[in-house]
Amino acid sequence: MNQKQLFGAGMRDGMPVCLGYIAVGFSIGIAAKTVGLNAFQGFLLSLFNNASAGEYAGLTVMAAAGSYLEIALMTLVANAHYLLMSCALSQRVSPEMKFRHRLFISYGITDELFGLGIARPDYIEPAYMYGAFSVALTGWSFGTMFGVLAGNVLSTRLVSALSVALFGMFIAIIIPPAKRDRAVLLCVIVSFAASFAAANLPVIAEISEGTRTIVLTVVISAGAAVLFPVKQASCEGSETAESGQTTEN
Amino acid sequence: MKNIYIYILIMGLVSYTIRVLPMTLIRKPIKNQFILSFLYYVPYVTLAVMTFPAITEATQSPIAGMAALILGILAAWFGASLFQVSVLCCAVVFVLELVL
Repeated sequence: MNQKQLFGAGMRDGMPVCLGYIAVGFSIGIAAKTVGLNAFQGFLLSLFNNASAGEYAGLTVMAAAGSYLEIALMTLVANAHYLLMSCALSQRVSPEMKFRHRLFISYGITDELFGLGIARPDYIEPAYMYGAFSVALTGWSFGTMFGVLAGNVLSTRLVSALSVALFGMFIAIIIPPAKRDRAVLLCVIVSFAASFAAANLPVIAEISEGTRTIVLTVVISAGAAVLFPVKQASCEGSETAESGQTTEN
Repeated sequence: MKNIYIYILIMGLVSYTIRVLPMTLIRKPIKNQFILSFLYYVPYVTLAVMTFPAITEATQSPIAGMAALILGILAAWFGASLFQVSVLCCAVVFVLELVL
């Protein structure tokens, strides 16, 4: 395939991802609207981040008027798993590929687009990735913008209902692996309980929501990593690649 | 209120740095089992922490949020897709808030 055909193949494979991204982006936009972002800011948020959980995490910090350090740490923690995907992708590109392509491909590492890349039979071709990015990430940013705009005109009750769409997606991401893997199930139960306790205990509840999320995530994940080390120790990212087709951005 | 554009810029820088560093610097596989395991659990834990109790605060009635959480978990457990779970949660809240 020449460059043009590869770009076209990427666009074709990016279509279903784009549809999903418009929907998820839309619910991010609803959340952004409740925090007080305008449509342009919502668009930029998604354009610069390409991460549903990370963007939502950042919005919670903005809502609480948290510090710049707090939002940086929050983004780092919520997006930490992209480190692993980026590491896996770095093994799947041609050693001869130009360095600038590494810079550009990095921009679009999301669960789904990582999944598309990993599914390529041979080395990942930059043109293929750019084709997929052009369709999927456009849907993501514009979906967010539409969400903010819709949040302005919809009734309070409808916004209340739509605001749980994002949580529904989070649930759909964590439950299937929890069903397969007892350690993940335990993590989810402990996380729910600890998060509830932290939100209601005196003193601790005074700490901002963002900081509580960061601390709980690091402590619980580290505990799980010590108690239940993941057996397959490689950087292939197959764990994430497998879930990549159905998970969040 | 701090500047929203600065918030967005910081987030974008952190998000991009996380993605670009391994891609450009790490040419060898990560072997450390603790780091691999930690990175494996992080997305699930952070999503779980952010979901509850926040879902009960996002809705006008906490009961509606709670019901959405429980029914969403059940639906996902029994194989509903991402889209189905999400729509179900919205529908549960919408219907319950009509009656509550």
